[in-house]
Amino acid sequence: MQALLDNLEPLLRGLVTTLWMAVVAAAGSLVLGVVVTALRVSPVPVLRGLAFAYVQLFLNVPLLALLVLFVFALPDAGLLMPLQTTAVVVLIIYEAAYVAEAVRSGVNTVAMGQAEAARALGLTFRQSLRSVILPQALRAVVQPVGNVMIALVMNTSLFAAIGVVELTAAANKTNLVHAQPIPIFVGAGLTYMALALLIGMGTGALERKVAILR
Amino acid sequence: MSASVLYDEPGPRARRRILAWSIVSGLVLAGLVAAGLWQFAEHGQLDARRWEPFTQWPIWEYLFVGLRGTLEAAAYVAVLSAVAGIFLALGRLSTVRPLRWLATGYIEIARTLPVLLMIYVTLFALPAAGINLPLLWKLVLPLTVANAAAFAEIFRAGILSLPKGQSEAALSLGLSQAQTMRHVVLPQAVRFVTPSLVSQLVSLLKDTSLGYIVAFTELLYRAQVLSAYNHLLVQTFLVVTLIYLVCNGSLSFLAYRLQRVRRRVKDVDD
Repeated sequence: MQALLDNLEPLLRGLVTTLWMAVVAAAGSLVLGVVVTALRVSPVPVLRGLAFAYVQLFLNVPLLALLVLFVFALPDAGLLMPLQTTAVVVLIIYEAAYVAEAVRSGVNTVAMGQAEAARALGLTFRQSLRSVILPQALRAVVQPVGNVMIALVMNTSLFAAIGVVELTAAANKTNLVHAQPIPIFVGAGLTYMALALLIGMGTGALERKVAILR
Repeated sequence: MSASVLYDEPGPRARRRILAWSIVSGLVLAGLVAAGLWQFAEHGQLDARRWEPFTQWPIWEYLFVGLRGTLEAAAYVAVLSAVAGIFLALGRLSTVRPLRWLATGYIEIARTLPVLLMIYVTLFALPAAGINLPLLWKLVLPLTVANAAAFAEIFRAGILSLPKGQSEAALSLGLSQAQTMRHVVLPQAVRFVTPSLVSQLVSLLKDTSLGYIVAFTELLYRAQVLSAYNHLLVQTFLVVTLIYLVCNGSLSFLAYRLQRVRRRVKDVDD
């Protein structure tokens, strides 16, 4: 316990890093994910194919392999960004594929009649997507997208493997110095659980608020 | 809902517009690819000598040893966590309260702990406590702990999706609770969630890339060793990305096909 309290400062600094990276990545992947979904149902075949390829690529390649590729390999091709920026960018494009999958499942839950009614009223593709389909789809996917966000927070821990000192790396470093694994790792684990719980409760409340009662 | 209901069968004007959009987006895409290739060429990453090693069998053989490690670890994790997952799902649905609490607690905790944190625990905390696992198990154990919870949730969803009449009928035929589960509920539930199980398999195969941290001989770790030796970082990691894409892509495709088959079977039933 003492080891945990003595090292509260580096651990908290790690937590702050985890938090800001998770928040930025969450916002970015939500926006990108919705855009990818819109492309995926669009009438333009090239864009549809592009969105499909994007989702398949990032659903099937491990995040760690992407992080290693972007952080260690691509600088050789002259693509060099600050470490933390690279990490967040990779997480955004990775999780956006999962957001897109979740939102698409939501689009599929919107009843066929809704789209037909929108078309019958003469709304264009963009209008029917924006004012009829997406508002309903997004409400239906609050919970699945919340789960993606929880996974995103868990995945920020992989940044430890490429040298970003976030919560997991801070916990590991503190343990290597003090050899007090139990309080340190339990503390870090409880923090992640608290974050997941917070997101879960947040999405739960949001879902109750926006859910469509049928 | 199919996407095509969002827009009419395109008329001549709409077809022209779609064509225009296709050309514009195709050009932008080609431009981006060209810029990327130019960037690569500028830094000499497209030189033939940098790609030439990957036309030789020994390099691929070296990477395939890693792939075998990946598949081996994934197989262990898959079998162990599927078995544990069934028991956890049954525990969570059990009528015995302590059992239910225990299973629920485990699932909720394991689902919200980062795998890397658990790997650090097996790497650095357990040896300090005198438990030094073999290398393979340092990877398999944390992944199993995490994936067992995911499998449990999938099985639970499958069991809950069955109509209640199934288990009621089995019980009224005089089968015991255990027999009902084993002969009636589980076989149908497992079949129902097979696509989700295959998707989970993809996720688990991706997780084995954490062997990179454990220094277990799997694909990503092999790639790192190889690139430290031949200094072809870009090429090696791009090739490895491609291998992951092919392996997991075929699994994802399988899941998609299974889902289609199931949907068709359901349509016939209805």
